[in-house]
Amino acid sequence: MASLVGSRVERKEDKKLLTGRGKYTADVNFVNQTFAYFVRSPHARAQIKKVDITKAMKAPGVVSILTGADIANDKIGGLIAGWRIKSEDGSDMKVPAHPPLANDTVNYVGDHVAVVIAESLDEARNAAEIVKVDYKILKAVVDTKDAMSSDQIYKDIPKNLCFDWLLGDRTKVKEAFEKADKVIKIDLINNRLVPNAMEPRAANADYNPSTEEITLYTTSQNPHLARIIISAFNGVAPENKLRVIAPDVGGGFGSKIYPYAEEVVCSWAAKKIERPVKWVADRTESFLSDCHGRDHVTHAELAVKNDGTFLGFKNETIANLGAYASVFGTVTPTYLFGPCATGVYKMPAAYTNVKAVFTNTAPVDAYRGAGRPEATYTIETLVEKAARELGMDPAEIRMKNFPTQFPYQQTLVHSVDSGDYVAGLNKAMELADYKGFEKRKRESASKGKLRGIGLCSYFEACGIAPSPVVMMLGCGIGLWESAEVRFNPTGNVTVFTGSHSHGQGHDTTFAQIAADQLGVPIENIEISHGDTDKGPFGYGTYGSRSLTVGGTAIVKACDKIIAKGKRVAAKMLEASVDDVEFSNGEFVVAKSNKKKTIGEIAFACYLPGTYGEVKSPLPEGEEPGLKETSFFDPANFSFPAGSHICEVEVDPDTGETKVVKYTAIDDFGTIINPLVVEGQVHGGLAQGIGQALYENCHYDETGQLVTASYMDYTMPRADNFPDFNLGFTCTPATSNPLGTKGCGEAGAIAAPPAVMNAVMNAIGTEISMPATAEKVWKAYNQNKKRNSEAA
Amino acid sequence: MKKISVEVNGKKVTKEIQDHTILSVFIRENLNLTGTHVGCDTSQCGACVVHVDGKSIKSCTALAADVDGSKITTIEGIAKNGNMHPMQEAFKKLHGLQCGFCTPGMVMSAIDLLQNNKKPSDTEIREWLEGNICRCTGYQNIVAAVKEAASKM
Repeated sequence: MASLVGSRVERKEDKKLLTGRGKYTADVNFVNQTFAYFVRSPHARAQIKKVDITKAMKAPGVVSILTGADIANDKIGGLIAGWRIKSEDGSDMKVPAHPPLANDTVNYVGDHVAVVIAESLDEARNAAEIVKVDYKILKAVVDTKDAMSSDQIYKDIPKNLCFDWLLGDRTKVKEAFEKADKVIKIDLINNRLVPNAMEPRAANADYNPSTEEITLYTTSQNPHLARIIISAFNGVAPENKLRVIAPDVGGGFGSKIYPYAEEVVCSWAAKKIERPVKWVADRTESFLSDCHGRDHVTHAELAVKNDGTFLGFKNETIANLGAYASVFGTVTPTYLFGPCATGVYKMPAAYTNVKAVFTNTAPVDAYRGAGRPEATYTIETLVEKAARELGMDPAEIRMKNFPTQFPYQQTLVHSVDSGDYVAGLNKAMELADYKGFEKRKRESASKGKLRGIGLCSYFEACGIAPSPVVMMLGCGIGLWESAEVRFNPTGNVTVFTGSHSHGQGHDTTFAQIAADQLGVPIENIEISHGDTDKGPFGYGTYGSRSLTVGGTAIVKACDKIIAKGKRVAAKMLEASVDDVEFSNGEFVVAKSNKKKTIGEIAFACYLPGTYGEVKSPLPEGEEPGLKETSFFDPANFSFPAGSHICEVEVDPDTGETKVVKYTAIDDFGTIINPLVVEGQVHGGLAQGIGQALYENCHYDETGQLVTASYMDYTMPRADNFPDFNLGFTCTPATSNPLGTKGCGEAGAIAAPPAVMNAVMNAIGTEISMPATAEKVWKAYNQNKKRNSEAA
Repeated sequence: MKKISVEVNGKKVTKEIQDHTILSVFIRENLNLTGTHVGCDTSQCGACVVHVDGKSIKSCTALAADVDGSKITTIEGIAKNGNMHPMQEAFKKLHGLQCGFCTPGMVMSAIDLLQNNKKPSDTEIREWLEGNICRCTGYQNIVAAVKEAASKM
């Protein structure tokens, strides 16, 4: 049987999705269902003086209205920060309470005040409008940079400072900078983004009074985590009385990793009123209440020698956490950010200092790349600036500082097991026809366009993550992954994974792996995920972890199946276990023609004994059945890396900027399904280019979200992109048997600096993201004016 | 309340609806055809595109009452005798979908493009699909799938 790993297998999940038979949470309905509509704060910061539901309770169709007082009375716990970060001075981070329905204060526009439950959505919405909330409006803190010197939002959190974290060695950096020929400095804003999965968040909770069990359907990347949080922290129901199902989920990009207030409230309310409670966000609710991404203000410096050798690096960042510390909110700007801050380079000394601040904006959490795009944007624009100031080619300065020996102990944390950065950049330059740029620039000029080229070399830490390491760093959970491989008696297979697929194609790629391991046709393998009552506990999908951690768990579970199969085959074939070999789905006794297929072995395992023609002996002491589970905890992170080259054309008359050529060379280690991997890169690039040129989440100075619909927030469209040129290099990861590294986030990490370096190259001056037509036009013309005045 | 009669995916249906029932709500809730998705509230995302009398429209921005007497085709209605439509086949072959949420609208919109323009260029495809937002694919494989379907139809 030919290996399926490496093949462009068409996706098994596509037919249902293409024919309208997918089942998303909003498609789930229960008999006797009610509809929830949330009363949300219209103010960024206010005290709640009184919530008056008297009139609303009398509105047609209203079943129940629940408020923060009810949540408190029922002792429903608050939403949690999953990572505990310590400040440089050793003190613990400071986080505010985050009740699922606000009790005494609201802290961002969209914060949850009450829930109206009615017979229909229209009735719930109408009644919500007449819930009377008496607010005392307070001055909002909005700006990231000024948050520490603004009004204090929470009584116990001075300067609105969650933590002041340091990674690295200030003294070594100081010494390195003293030896520098030149120090390159940069000030950057990493613009706030809204993840914008196309499926708005939704929840539908059903309570069964006879079993006292809640079944929660939800738009989650991580149903097991939702269950443990809603159970252990919110205290809605014991874990064994709470079933969480994440059916088809329409994208996540980080924003659906953890439960939100709405899931907690719907589950709790369903139990309280003993009826199903359904909630589906409209798009503006999603903008207001989904966790946002990025939002850093950074000052960074790079110490260099005149020949371009890097000596030291410092990064001083203020990270906006929003109003509350979300589950991955505190790790995103620290351990997902700091260790990658020095980029792919040899950097003798470095530190990253992050001050994480609270503001009266929606919570900020992981968004595709989570910390690594922010790190990469800083170092890669700084390196490009260094090249300009030293008069070096941007490719040359990168090549000069790449490590070439692996494993490579990276400056701040990671031991990078494998990579070949030189090969990656060389291949990118070749595919992009780097040498031909000047000619293309002249051609663009002849059409009146300014052409620019920009590079980005990146590495990222994925395969999240070795549990002992992350727990030492402050993570409240392990980050291993589970798999259960279950042979059914008739020989087909169901594989349960604790990860979750919401576009990544696990139904196909994981089946490819199991098919290769077990020698079973892929059509006979079903991947099951997303239901806490089916497979074992797992940690879900984010951080490019599913294949590297969850895929490995499948391999390990298959190994156990094969080990048992060998014992059973040995008995049946009257041979020694050591003489039984397994390949292509057959157990063969060495140097003989005696063999059993894995299907025959599975059948024998389920029907041990003799019944007519069926003779299925099991070895003594061997239990019947053929089902194995593995919990895989990786020994290290994995480290995808690559080099991307972007070319843009700017219209100097309008400032309109178009990406005209984009080349991406990535090293994801072993690739299981190139079709799927290319799709992941395309999608990441679109989000990265979106951040660079189009997208911006903007709050005004009173904390009103100005960009709260698709009329106001620029989502990239089909006509914003060219076809991307992709290529791959491969240095397999050594930390997992598949050799995979993860591919989901690379595009979103590499594209922003590649695009922005190209824009700055085209217009000859610095500019912040997003490089909208207006900003580019202004920057170009101001620079032109400055230059002509200087001349 | 108002009674409307429409032909949906070849079947005649008559339903009593509220005057303000939006077409997407009618399709999803009254007809239980949940393949038509709603991704925004401003007619921007296009996940809700269906055909009314052969033309693609955003069903989140039409009143069900306004399409009384029309023929409606949804994503559930384009496969024939168990075989997917060439557009669906092309999306599958070229990985033109990931999470699948925008896909029904994208497919319905793309089919209408080919009704108007049998051999569209890349630029024409990208411009036509400007009203359909996809967050997963970066659009490249969608464009390729539409071209593939054009060659098969």
